[in-house]
Amino acid sequence: MHPEPSRSLPEKAAPSLTGWGGSPAGPTTLLRPEKMRDFKPGESPQIARGMGRGYGDAAICGEGHTVLTERLDRMLSFDDETGVLRAEAGVSLADILTTFVPRGWFLPVTPGTKFCSLGGCLAADVHGKNHHVDGAFSQHVTSARIIPADGAERIISPDKNSDLFWATAGGMGLTGFITEVSLKLKKIETSWMAVKHTPTKDLDQTLDFLAIDDAENPYSVAWIDCLATGEKLGRSVVMNGRHAAIGEIPLRENNKLDGSFSKQKPMPFYLPSFVLNKFTVKAFNSLFNLRQGSRGEFVTKFDPYFYPLDGIKNWGRMYGKKGFVQHQCVLPHESARDGLRAILELVTESGRASFLAVLKKFGPEGRGMLSFPTGGYTLALDFANKPGLDEFHDRLDGIVLNAGGRVYLVKDSRMKADSLPYMYPRLDEFRKVLRQYDPSGKFASDLSRRLNIAGD
Amino acid sequence: MPGIEGTALVLGATSPMARWTAYALARQGWDISLAGRDVQELRRIAADLILRTGATVSVREFQAEDLESHEGFWEDCVDQMEDLRCVVCAFGFMGSQDAQNEAPALAQQVMTINYTAAGTILMHAAKHFEEQKTGWIVGISSVAGERGRASNYVYGSAKAGFTQLLSGLRARLSKSGVSVLTVKPGFVDTAMTFGKDGVFLVADPKDVGGQIVEAMTKRKDVVYIPGFWRLIMFIIRSVPEKVFKKMKF
Ligand SMILES: Cc1cc2nc3c(=O)[nH]c(=O)nc-3n(C[C@H](O)[C@H](O)[C@H](O)COP(=O)(O)OP(=O)(O)OC[C@H]3O[C@@H](n4cnc5c(N)ncnc54)[C@H](O)[C@@H]3O)c2cc1C
Repeated sequence: MHPEPSRSLPEKAAPSLTGWGGSPAGPTTLLRPEKMRDFKPGESPQIARGMGRGYGDAAICGEGHTVLTERLDRMLSFDDETGVLRAEAGVSLADILTTFVPRGWFLPVTPGTKFCSLGGCLAADVHGKNHHVDGAFSQHVTSARIIPADGAERIISPDKNSDLFWATAGGMGLTGFITEVSLKLKKIETSWMAVKHTPTKDLDQTLDFLAIDDAENPYSVAWIDCLATGEKLGRSVVMNGRHAAIGEIPLRENNKLDGSFSKQKPMPFYLPSFVLNKFTVKAFNSLFNLRQGSRGEFVTKFDPYFYPLDGIKNWGRMYGKKGFVQHQCVLPHESARDGLRAILELVTESGRASFLAVLKKFGPEGRGMLSFPTGGYTLALDFANKPGLDEFHDRLDGIVLNAGGRVYLVKDSRMKADSLPYMYPRLDEFRKVLRQYDPSGKFASDLSRRLNIAGD
Repeated sequence: MPGIEGTALVLGATSPMARWTAYALARQGWDISLAGRDVQELRRIAADLILRTGATVSVREFQAEDLESHEGFWEDCVDQMEDLRCVVCAFGFMGSQDAQNEAPALAQQVMTINYTAAGTILMHAAKHFEEQKTGWIVGISSVAGERGRASNYVYGSAKAGFTQLLSGLRARLSKSGVSVLTVKPGFVDTAMTFGKDGVFLVADPKDVGGQIVEAMTKRKDVVYIPGFWRLIMFIIRSVPEKVFKKMKF
């Protein structure tokens, strides 16, 4: 017998790997294990990368290895009684939906794109439109497996190695390679959504509306008309939703539990940046108000409801070749009204178009040490990468800091390191866990270096 | 494929191309048996196949390089799978041509896996299917088998032999109702091509799996995947040797 062929992984140079926003980032070397046993930390600095839907530099390890999990995408077991799915970290939410919606199960929490991996969802502790009711992603993870720097795989859960579990939830990949995630799915009667759109006239009304505890509608989010100024500042369409019951859906055969997705429409070219000026966005927003708002209550498929942007392939191209940044912050209840007003005013003043402006209420903070969601209101804005963006971004962060809020790390690519401890008060606790499991700093990303997350 | 479902045995099932071929077969109603060296990994793939498709899936160890074991392995397969109707031979090993040039003994492993092992196991399958008067043999060969290139000629020569074996099996078995499909993938996005220079238009193994099963359904004899490789290989085969030997690729 011959010795086994060598298992050392082929490398691929990636001189300009970027996050989803497309702003240029550092050179890195990609590895792509196809077998679970090859998904092991090495000596060089490294970070895991799921589907690269993080906007900034969280899933890039410059001058090191960026390890792709896309081939580690096997579902391993499913318990019909409890709804717990155990799967490898590279399994995408899209694949889970395709497989389980037809059987009457749905994701307990989902971000606004289905093209992300289980590992990425746990590492960023993502939230969905139901955060105020159901909490963040980690709240539905019954256990996971991780390989920290010492190379020994561990089971982590709220009960077992709980310090490592809560450092991993929201820990941006710095605690090790997440190999498996066990996620508790939730039962649905149909794959359809009953949705209610309500236009509001200003920011106060929007916030009041989002604050109503509407037990019937676990999903709620507001799209803000970013160009409304003065008295109309913050006017929105508040979108409430819930999974529709059988009696409510359009009667066609076999569509009760339909796991299929809408066809993607391509955004075939980069729009030249001058096209995306205020006027385009103005037109878009008023169209949006008209089209969606006037429909009031309606029933729709889950795919366009949860993942409207997935319907447009390469929608980021809308912002032109230089890419865009997303700024998402959360402001605590006490300061949210004034803080949000200040941010929206700054955006209008600056004339910077934000195609996307989403506001949502968060429920109480979870237990993840670096998890983003905390009680209050979260606002997500997109900006094209144009001159002066850095200063503008600093001013936004200034408002967030003053309001006692924080910025979402998986969307960030420009924040300053000084801000981090103020935004994430449990940072020291997180660093303590890192010192225990990765004393020599084998895991690192452009994000962790930029913000000095691991500490000195 | 009405009337011909049964169990499909996939040899070398941990490769991404094999995994997605098994997936496409399972979606068509086949039961699947996954065979390979790495049983732990096979179990993961089996679990996934079952969850995604609801098919009946089993796992068995197969050491392609251990030629002595083939006969016993095949007998076990026949004993344990009454409705064995299809064999997909998907294992292969390229290795590094530079390393083989330096240490010629290394070439033997590449020749053994890609030609001798693939050939002998399919000889067993051929005999069985011939007696059953039905069955499918799918051999995953390579466009590398169409012309010897400096960069991978040992692998290529073994695949060339394998391609000819499949062609002969097809001629022998066609009157027994057994279909033999030769698959010639171009560049597929796997560890073999990942990060390699000169690799272009790589195909997603998921798509390749689907196309293999589609070619089976259409009872094709030979299929290039993606299809444009038929043209590329036609051109490459037409270059005179005088010129070819000076080309760098
Ligand atoms: C259109 C769109 C809408 C979105 N909407 C929301 C939303 O509503 N709510 C929300 O919370 N987020 C949202 N996001 C962000 C997205 O959910 C997160 O960025 C998520 O982490 C993406 O998963 P990914 O697999 O692409 O991870 P990547 O972007 O590849 O990685 C994100 C982080 O996870 C780490 N990671 C990935 N896999 C592993 C692993 N196996 N082990 C250890 N660490 C790992 C990486 O190191 C990195 O730090 C949205 C993104 C887009 C593009």
